[in-house]
Amino acid sequence: MTRLTPSTKSIALHIGVVFALLALNFLLPEYHRGVFARVLVLAVFAMGYNLAFGYTGLLSLGHAMFFAAGLYGAGLTIYHLEWSVWPAFGTGLAAGAALALVVGFLALRTTGVAFMIVTLMFAQVFYLMTLYFTTYTRGEEGLVLPQETRVLGFSGGMLDLSDPSTRYLVALSLFTLVLAAILFLVRAPYGRSLIAIRENEERMRMLGYDVFANKLASVVISGIFCAASGAAYAVLFGYVGSGFAAIQYSILPLLWVLVGGAATTLGPLIGTLFMFYVIDTASSYTTAHLMVVGLVLIGVILFFPKGIIGTVRERWLPWLP
Amino acid sequence: MATVSPLLETHGLGRSFGGLRAVDGVDFSLPEGETHAIIGPNGAGKTTFVSLICGRVAPTEGRVVFDGQDISKMPAHKRVRAGIAYTFQITSVFANLTAFDNVALAVQRQLIDDHERGLSAHALTEHGLDALEKVGLAEHAHKVAGNLSYGHQRLLEVAMGLALRPRLLILDEPTQGLSDSEIENFVALVRQIGEEATVLLIEHNMDVVMALAERITVMEQGRILAQGAPAEIRANQAVQQAYLGG
Ligand SMILES: Nc1ncnc2c1ncn2[C@@H]1O[C@H](COP(=O)(O)OP(=O)(O)O)[C@@H](O)[C@H]1O
Ligand SMILES: [Mg+2]
Repeated sequence: MTRLTPSTKSIALHIGVVFALLALNFLLPEYHRGVFARVLVLAVFAMGYNLAFGYTGLLSLGHAMFFAAGLYGAGLTIYHLEWSVWPAFGTGLAAGAALALVVGFLALRTTGVAFMIVTLMFAQVFYLMTLYFTTYTRGEEGLVLPQETRVLGFSGGMLDLSDPSTRYLVALSLFTLVLAAILFLVRAPYGRSLIAIRENEERMRMLGYDVFANKLASVVISGIFCAASGAAYAVLFGYVGSGFAAIQYSILPLLWVLVGGAATTLGPLIGTLFMFYVIDTASSYTTAHLMVVGLVLIGVILFFPKGIIGTVRERWLPWLP
Repeated sequence: MATVSPLLETHGLGRSFGGLRAVDGVDFSLPEGETHAIIGPNGAGKTTFVSLICGRVAPTEGRVVFDGQDISKMPAHKRVRAGIAYTFQITSVFANLTAFDNVALAVQRQLIDDHERGLSAHALTEHGLDALEKVGLAEHAHKVAGNLSYGHQRLLEVAMGLALRPRLLILDEPTQGLSDSEIENFVALVRQIGEEATVLLIEHNMDVVMALAERITVMEQGRILAQGAPAEIRANQAVQQAYLGG
């Protein structure tokens, strides 16, 4: 019998996960397919957050602004300028990248608690701006993108993004792209240096690494992934509102990543999925669902202190990336 | 013979912490190829002085000149690339990584940043193993650094410095906490390093200093108290009173 190397095993696992998700498109009942499509898009948000928080050790409390930059970048250009989906999606990415560059450049002058507060404040400014320009954004009420604007030109044809199966497959494609990118990144020398910076920044500086530039690049890539998630959310679900820029959407990716396992490639997906179903199940039984959610979170922390995948990796499968 | 300009010079270099002048206007010069020891009581400012040289600490006054270039304003990571390597007084290895991966981080930076050098992956592995070989850790290459003995971790720290292929290697109390036999090997190692690089060594163990240093600087209260060949230092009255204990 030939023994598989850790790297072959992990690539096989990731391909397996993607194929399993593909099969679910045909197996899941309608309601759950809708939930999974949403989870796949939001898992991209969590993966982006994980790059900054899990791999680079940057505890940001402001990532909602990058998600919302993508959301509004795509949503406003479609709604007001009647752009088609591709350029609108590109605008969302560009908005996220530019915002991450500016915020990263300023916020990375601080560390620790100061970094948390600075990112929180920037996100709060962004949130207030979405309310201030309510003529364009309609604030909390938000904008609903008409169904006829949500079509994607693809290899000659037109994909209707409001169709459940198409929506699921587009969400899965984005998820797969970002998962592959993250897997590649963290196995590449760049990813290893990010982890080392998280572990011992001063040491890395004295090995000749430009710590600031490496962290800034990490924040920008993270911001682009989060913006991709936001832009995809706008075109797939057709709704753009200030709620997505609020503090809650900065805390959620942190929770998803912690529950799934920080600095693991599959943790964000597992964490997002798990939290979605816990909230969904709890709220169908009781109106005090937040209490149930809180109890489940405490349980997860007690039994999976490093998150679900993080603890599986520590106890049983050390080769998990 | 023409006078060769020194590899490293400091001019009026100083650093204050609040009211304390940890390093106080030091003029210092180090010729290329020399192995130079800095001694002095705890709190004399030795670590701060070398930290000013490698850029970990910003000066409050004075200049640092390396290889004829004023590097006073250069950030630490660029000084490392210019050829100044620093090994930490407090062991600072990546405990979760293997010994090899620790040195690989030192080597890999050249792959990421200095594309023009065109180092292949193969050359990098070789280069990393070579650094471990030099300090005698080759057989422990695939052990997790956190599980190595303290002495081996100190050696790994030095290997990371060597993997940078520095022109100036700064060692801050490298033998602290090592056993006698480990110290003996260490002296041999530094002697070997000294054949290729300039070494600036902060050291408390006088046997090690006398065995290795071509010249010695004695620091006290942020200033240079005396400087000279080992024999001169040993004979110096002021040094004996201040430091060698009579
Ligand atoms: N970061 C710092 N903040 C305040 N004081 C410091 C700092 N670093 C060093 N010092 C002080 O500067 C003096 C010199 O310290 P140091 O350079 O570590 O001496 P040595 O290495 O010779 O033992 C000491 O009095 C020390 O307490
Ligand atoms: Mg010291």
